Amino acid sequence: MESTVATDNSNQEVWSGGGKKPFAASYGKMMMWFFIMSDALTFSGFLVAYGLMRFKFLESWPIADEVFTHVPFIHGHFPMYYVAFMTFILIFSSVTMVLAVDAGHQMKKAKVTIYMLLTIIGGLIFLGSQAWEWKNFINGTYGAVVLQDGKIAQFVDNEGHQIALSDFVSKANSERVQHTRSNGLWYVKDAGELPPYTLNEVVTSFNANPDVHLRTEQIDFDVKKKTVLSKAEASTYLSKATDVVMGANLKVNEYGKTLFADFFFFITGFHGFHVFSGILINVIIFFNVILGTYEKRGSYEMVEKVGLYWHFVDLVWVFVFTFFYLV
Amino acid sequence: MAHDAHESHTGLIWKVFGLLSVITIVEVIFGIIKPDSLHLTQFLGTSLLNWLFLILTLVKAYYIAWYFMHLKHEKTSLRRAIVWTCVFLICYLTTLMLIEGGYIQDMLAPYISWTYNK
Repeated sequence: MESTVATDNSNQEVWSGGGKKPFAASYGKMMMWFFIMSDALTFSGFLVAYGLMRFKFLESWPIADEVFTHVPFIHGHFPMYYVAFMTFILIFSSVTMVLAVDAGHQMKKAKVTIYMLLTIIGGLIFLGSQAWEWKNFINGTYGAVVLQDGKIAQFVDNEGHQIALSDFVSKANSERVQHTRSNGLWYVKDAGELPPYTLNEVVTSFNANPDVHLRTEQIDFDVKKKTVLSKAEASTYLSKATDVVMGANLKVNEYGKTLFADFFFFITGFHGFHVFSGILINVIIFFNVILGTYEKRGSYEMVEKVGLYWHFVDLVWVFVFTFFYLV
Repeated sequence: MAHDAHESHTGLIWKVFGLLSVITIVEVIFGIIKPDSLHLTQFLGTSLLNWLFLILTLVKAYYIAWYFMHLKHEKTSLRRAIVWTCVFLICYLTTLMLIEGGYIQDMLAPYISWTYNK
């Protein structure tokens, strides 16, 4: 195992048992590439599974820029801006990482320290942004009703823009408490947290307001938009409605297909976990740099190796960004 | 570190950063505007807009892998061992799964009803 323990400078250049380095790469770097390749295939497996399910439900998959529309401190409909900011942050932290590697090649300890610190900060900003994105996704914006066959129907105004339940539903004088196993039938549970309005209130308000329309998940491929129903059709839909949904969980969400939220949670969550572990590793390396470990070792190759991992996380995000937010 | 270990590449790094930022901004602009002339088209299974996104994504991936992950400076054999393997396996899996997904959609869609009786 002497090849993994850098005792002196010459030892690091060769693999144990031989004087030659395969592909002119050190043992550690090669192993990092092995890991990255297997991880790349794992992520592509997830994204391909997302693609499979999306193609399977091509005519009713949620439209991303109607889902991710939040920007901090501003109210309104701003698709993509925030996630573009997240992408930018991650690319920038990749740049500081590669600058740290570059400074390491020149044995400039101070520069490596600063760039590593900036990389860690970038990673933390990204993670925080992702938490915020999840918060918005989970809490929801508009609310919707779910039909007995699991379809989601959303509410739009005359122009076809989605409107929130709170914009048109007036609260009736009814009391409804969260149904849990402890206070109701033990085998009956609410699908999620109790929505702010009951189904009856929503249906009554919908019928009373001529400017509110119902929209199905079905995509009209001529305009690539969701189909808006006539009032008459809408009432047939609402007669099959079973629940009001607000936000998203793993079983039901207001955006449409359950699988959409499941994949969102799983893939961005798995990526976020990679960012998290990347930050941890970066912090360890950061302290090693400060302590002068690599200065003594005579090589900053360890920075290069964690750099590979960090860039890989960035690379994965580029694809997640494309497949969840753009395509 | 097959290349000259003491040469600094900062200029190149900032250039790549500029390029990646520009590509991201272009993607976001197209994603927000979604021009009908690209969005409402059909070419090889998806819209031209989606093809644009895919190509720009691959360009970004290329620059990250080649310049940030230093693949450009690795031995050609190592680079090929990594890139060709991943590209082949991912293309293979993607092709099979998307064809399968399209097929399931074709079979399933007629059974999904979008009208209800009161």
